[in-house]
Amino acid sequence: MTQSTAAVQVQALTKVYGSGDVQVVAMRDVSFTLSKGEVVALLGPSGAGKSTLLTVIGLINAPTSGKLIIGNDLIADGPRPMGDLRSYRRRFIGYVLQKANLIPFLTALENVQLALEINDVSGRIARGRAMELLEELGVGHRTKNLPYMLSGGEQQRVAVARALANRPRVVLADEPTAALDSLRGRQVMELFRSVAHEHGTTVMVATHDHRSLDIFDRILEMEDGILRSNHASGTKEG
Amino acid sequence: MNLALRDIRHNLSRFSLTAVGIGMLLMIVMGMGGIYRGLIEEATLLVDRVGADLWVVQYGTRGPFAEISRIPRKLEDRLQAVPGVSSARAFVTYSVQREHMGKPLRMQVHGLSWPEDKGEWLPLVSGRHLGASHFEMIADRTLGLQLGDRVPLGKNVYTVVGITSDMFSIAGDGLAFFTLLDSLDIQYDYSGEAIRLERNARRARVARIDWGKTEPKLLERAELPSASLPAIAPPAVSAVLVQIKAGADPASVMAALSGWADVTVFTREQQNELLLKGVVDRSRRQLGLFRGILIVVSAIIMALILYTLTLEKLHDIAMLKLIGARNSVILSLILQQAILLGIFGYIIAFCAGKWVFPLFPRRVIITQDDLVFLALIVAAMSVVASVLGIWKAMRAEPNEVVS
Repeated sequence: MTQSTAAVQVQALTKVYGSGDVQVVAMRDVSFTLSKGEVVALLGPSGAGKSTLLTVIGLINAPTSGKLIIGNDLIADGPRPMGDLRSYRRRFIGYVLQKANLIPFLTALENVQLALEINDVSGRIARGRAMELLEELGVGHRTKNLPYMLSGGEQQRVAVARALANRPRVVLADEPTAALDSLRGRQVMELFRSVAHEHGTTVMVATHDHRSLDIFDRILEMEDGILRSNHASGTKEG
Repeated sequence: MNLALRDIRHNLSRFSLTAVGIGMLLMIVMGMGGIYRGLIEEATLLVDRVGADLWVVQYGTRGPFAEISRIPRKLEDRLQAVPGVSSARAFVTYSVQREHMGKPLRMQVHGLSWPEDKGEWLPLVSGRHLGASHFEMIADRTLGLQLGDRVPLGKNVYTVVGITSDMFSIAGDGLAFFTLLDSLDIQYDYSGEAIRLERNARRARVARIDWGKTEPKLLERAELPSASLPAIAPPAVSAVLVQIKAGADPASVMAALSGWADVTVFTREQQNELLLKGVVDRSRRQLGLFRGILIVVSAIIMALILYTLTLEKLHDIAMLKLIGARNSVILSLILQQAILLGIFGYIIAFCAGKWVFPLFPRRVIITQDDLVFLALIVAAMSVVASVLGIWKAMRAEPNEVVS
C-alpha cells in the first residue's frame, strides 16, 4: 500500500552478507516511512548498519528481504530488483558522501552539469540549471574552478548541488560533515534543511555529529542492525 | 559533455608524453614497412632504370645481382647480329671497399658501355653524364663525394662529374658509374709485383713442357703482358644488355637466344622477380615478422597504458555509476581516449618519421597504401587495447565510493 505523501517506504528490510556459516546480518527487519520534504538524521555507532541501510535505500545494494517503495514505485522486493536500478538512481536518488567525490577533471559547474546530462538533459539547459544550483548554494563564484581549487566546504556544496541536480525524491548523505570543521559542518546540515524544505526533497543523513541534531525533523537510531528508535527531533521514543 | 577530452585536458602533459611514446613505437612500425619498401625499390631500381629488354648472363647463373656471372665481352657482337636486336651493350657490376680521405668508401661499381651508354638514364641531381672514355665517374650522393672530387682507384684517379640520388645496390651501397673499360681496370687492378710473379709463373709453366724447352721464342712470349697473348682471354663482363627493335617480337628473340649453350637469358621482369624472390625474400620475411611483433608489442604497451589510466579513474568511474551514468558513458570515455591516443600517436609517428627517415643510411619509402594500412592497424589496436580497461571499468561497483 503506498501513500501519496510518503517519499520512501521501507518495509521489513533485512540485509545479510555472506552465506552458510559465515553469514553476517547487517540489518534486520527495518521499517519506516519518510515524508516528502522531511530531513531525517540516521544515528548509530559504527557497525550499527547505517551505511547498509543507506546503500539499500540508495539502490546500490539489494536487500536480502523486505520491500522498498520510492514514491509510488515498488523498487525492490527482496533481492530481486524491479527494474533498472541505475536508471532509478539517476532519476530518484541524490548522494552526498563523506568526501565530495567530485570528478577531478571537471570544473564545479561541469560536475553538476554532468549529473544532468547523464539524465538526458541537453547541454545548454543542464548548464543553466547547474549554474542556478551553484548560485543558490553559494558557490556561484567558483563554477570554473576544478575541485582541488575548492575548500572542503565548497566541494561539499558542489556535491550537494550535484545530488539535487535531477530534482531527486530522496537525497542520501553518509557522514557528509565528517571531513569538515564544526562551523562548516553545521552550514552543510543547514543547507540540507533548506534544500528539503524549499525543494520538497526528502533528505536522510547518516551522521555521528550530535551537535546539529536540532536541524533535523526526525531522528532514526540504529544499533546492531536494528532500528531502535524513530522519533521527532527534540522528543525521544522507545 | 565529452569526458575523454576533459580528462585529457586535465592531464595534458601525461597524455602528451604517452602519445609521444606510442608515436615513437608506431614510427618504428612505420619505418619497418618503409625499409621493406625501400629494399624492394633498391633491388629493382637498377634493372628498371637501365631499361634493357633482355639480360644475357653466364649459362646456368641467375645474373650478376644474384651471383657471379662472367661472360666474354665479344658476346656483344654476336648478339648484335641476332634478328630483332636493336643494340647490345656490356654491363659490369661488383662492389669495392676502399679508403678515401681517411674514411672507408664502399660502393657498387657499374661499368657503362661507352660511348653508347654515357649514363643518360641516370637521375642526376648535379653535374653531368660521362663525357670521356676514361677517368670520370658518376657517384650517388650517399657515397659522400662532391662534384670535382678526385678518387684514386687502382692505378688511376677518377674525377666525380655527376651526382645521382637514390641509386643504391641491393646491399644498400651507393652506386658509382664508370665507363666499362675503367670499371674493368678497377676490378682487375693488380700490383706490379703480382704481375711480375704471374709472368714468372707463366714462364716456369712453359719451361716445364717440351715445347718450351725446344722453342726459346715461346719462353720470351710467355713473359709478355696478358693483353698481347691470344691464349689469354680478355677480362669478362657481368652481363650483356639487349635492347629489342621496336616492333620486333621479344619471344622470337628469346627463342633464338635460348638455343645458345653458353648463356642464359632473362627478360627484365624475370630479372626483377629473381631479385625479389631470391635476394630480397628473406629480408622481406624477416622485416614482416619483426613488424608483426612490433605491432603486438605496441598493442600490449597501449593496453597496459590504458589499463593504468583506467585504474587511476576507477574511483571516478564508480562515482559515475553511483550517480547513474550508463555503461555507454564509461565505455566511450575509455574508448575515445584509446582512439585519441592512437590518432595522436599516429600523427607523431608520421611527423617524426618524415623528419627521421631521410637520415637513415638506406631508403625508407612510406607509400600511401602503407599509411592507410597502418592507420587501420592503429584503429584496431586502439580498440583492442582498450578492452582490458573497459573490462576493469565495467567491474567497478558504486559501493567502492560509498565504503
